[in-house]
Amino acid sequence: MDINYSPADEAFRTEVRTFIAENMPQQLKGKRRGEYRDKDDFLVWQRVLYKKGWLAPSWPAPYGTNWTPTQKYIWGEECARAETPMVLPFGVSMVGPVIYTFGTEEQKAKYIPGILSGDVWWCQGYSEPGAGSDLASLKTTAVRDGDDYIVNGQKTWTTLAQYADWIFVLARTDKAAKAQEGISFLLVDMKTPGITVKPIITMDGGHEVNEVWFDNVRVPVANRIHEENKGWTCAKFLLSHERAGIAGVARSKRAISRLKDMLAMEIIDGEKLIEDADFERKIAELEIDLTALEFTELRTLASEAAGKGPGLESSILKIKGTEIQQRITELVMEGVGYYSLPFSDPLAHNEFAPGPAYAEAASQNYANMRKTSIYGGSNEIQRNIIAKMVLGL
Amino acid sequence: MDFSFTEEQTLLRNSVQKFIQGSYDFDTRRKVSKSDSGWRKEVYGQIAEMGLLGVAVPEDFGGLGGSAVDNMIIAEEFGRGLVIEPWLNNAVIASGFLTAAGSKAQKEELLPAIAAGETIFAFAYAEPQGRYNLADLTTTAKKAGDGYTLNGHKAVVLGAPFADKLIVTARTSGGQRDADGVTVFIVDKSAKGVSTRDYPTVDGNRASEVMLENVSVGADAVIGEVGGGLKTVELVTDQAIAALAAESTGAMKVLNDTTIEYAKTRKQFGTPIGKFQVLQHRMVDMFMNYEQSVSIAYMVTLKLDEAEAERKKAASAAKVQIGKASRFIGQSAVQIHGGMGMTDELNVGHYFKRLTMIDTLFGNVDHHLKRYASLG
Repeated sequence: MDINYSPADEAFRTEVRTFIAENMPQQLKGKRRGEYRDKDDFLVWQRVLYKKGWLAPSWPAPYGTNWTPTQKYIWGEECARAETPMVLPFGVSMVGPVIYTFGTEEQKAKYIPGILSGDVWWCQGYSEPGAGSDLASLKTTAVRDGDDYIVNGQKTWTTLAQYADWIFVLARTDKAAKAQEGISFLLVDMKTPGITVKPIITMDGGHEVNEVWFDNVRVPVANRIHEENKGWTCAKFLLSHERAGIAGVARSKRAISRLKDMLAMEIIDGEKLIEDADFERKIAELEIDLTALEFTELRTLASEAAGKGPGLESSILKIKGTEIQQRITELVMEGVGYYSLPFSDPLAHNEFAPGPAYAEAASQNYANMRKTSIYGGSNEIQRNIIAKMVLGL
Repeated sequence: MDFSFTEEQTLLRNSVQKFIQGSYDFDTRRKVSKSDSGWRKEVYGQIAEMGLLGVAVPEDFGGLGGSAVDNMIIAEEFGRGLVIEPWLNNAVIASGFLTAAGSKAQKEELLPAIAAGETIFAFAYAEPQGRYNLADLTTTAKKAGDGYTLNGHKAVVLGAPFADKLIVTARTSGGQRDADGVTVFIVDKSAKGVSTRDYPTVDGNRASEVMLENVSVGADAVIGEVGGGLKTVELVTDQAIAALAAESTGAMKVLNDTTIEYAKTRKQFGTPIGKFQVLQHRMVDMFMNYEQSVSIAYMVTLKLDEAEAERKKAASAAKVQIGKASRFIGQSAVQIHGGMGMTDELNVGHYFKRLTMIDTLFGNVDHHLKRYASLG
């Protein structure tokens, strides 16, 4: 058992740290997605990485970087430390792997380049008003008509659909079959007639998610990935595929560091709040919780590196990771005080924001991050999965 | 031992509920909150006409001669309706200051005007550096002839955009955080040297940063004793805490009821999600948090007239209880509603935000745990 990085790993760390320092768009450092102003803000970093060939470390040859799991981990740590923008996951981490795993050579040639370059923006057409946790009960239909499917239905919670060029959709191609066995995985051009995107404003005031309506939308059968009625296989693959980073350990470390900086600036009765005994204790507990999660993630990585698959402990990464993310936002609220009360509208930039800069997004973040225990498979569902698949209950 | 309400109090509650149903359905509230002005002055007038601004003010001064319990009832129902108009600032805080420490002339001039909805107050006490310490003041009031000259910066003055007058805490003597030397002033918002910068708050209300630059006030602007104002400030903020405790239980009740209703009707995996034991237990915990909060709202309201230390302990206990309960209920309501709980369109997020804000007002859980513990 050995928890030290090898000299080769440290050399790799230096290499990537230098690259990030020299190429990262400084104007976006530490900004939340809700603060981005336009499409370019979302894509600038992705384009830098694409040029370097480092956009998709998890992808196999010839697309990926051939990095070891440890190197991928170091890369994630260094990006978090420098507060780089997050690469949009829908293309690179979701539909891309589905296409290179289940797609035909023609489909790979058609779709992969646009995913990697960032020229094609993807969104995820999964959830529906009646199909949240119970995704397999989805009702969007795809009815065969010659060489096309006619798609009708409504997707919801579609992140950033307002910018998307394409959407990958789970649709029902066999109404008679058992729920999971009648679903197909379709790629749809957002410019196809019959598609309407309606914004959903979230309680923090931001526009991150949307409804996407399909009204007799014609989708070529050639846009179907994998066999008809086998789409659930793709869906499951996608959901389990990208484990690296799901715990968000590096980003949470950075967020705690920023919290501590803030607490050093916030004064309570003439002293720094970071020296307040209550806060010291709360921060210590949080850091310890995160350290335990970090080592759980490292065990997962070591297991993967040894070719043994992620291991049972990996199932807790989403639950603990999101609970820690949420806890950080609670502590920020506790630290900021009265200046957590003004509302600065994320959709109207350059508004008057009273109080210190660190207070400005405190309430919005706290409210916005309530989503993390809900999305990606709610934490209740994740616990059900552990109970059933890990504990055998 | 009696926790029942009188017939009058039941009638009071019913009339406030009717008012909320008529003027404060959720979609209306949402529209008003997003409007340019952020409130409805005519609704404030209705609130005044119903006598709700002067319920606990002595009859001699234009009030109904009621008690803090009556205010508790109004606060709870206003919490259910997410009422924006500045009832707390006027019915509890401004009236509280004047009743406790105002001169006869101030009471005669201002209490009836407040009760009638003609004069609207806001309370400017917090400062950028002060956090929750009511005595931490860099706003100064220097003697100038018979009057005073005020200079300073008051932070997050809730309801200031709707107000004509401000109650301002300032230092006439002593060090920045000394208990002695705090004086309470009435300042016209339109006075020379007063400037405000308005903005919306997270819970859909409005506040201002208030800058005071060489603002002149007369001797008659002082409420109570020069330099001896802190005790009154602490009393009135404890009264406000009692009202906020009640308001929060109204909001909690809405969240609990809507969550149970949702869990009974939302079906996934072929069954209403309310059948899942994990969610049932969560909703039971929400219920228990609510009931404990109701209990503590009663307790603090009934102890407002006790001796200082006991009153402060009660107020701190209440603030801690509702702070913790609000966080749990707010977060649970959002979680059980799933994605819907995250939307601006549904009421859940709005109640979640109001409860989050109440936790910060007049001291959060940490602050009041410390105050409670320090009182022995």
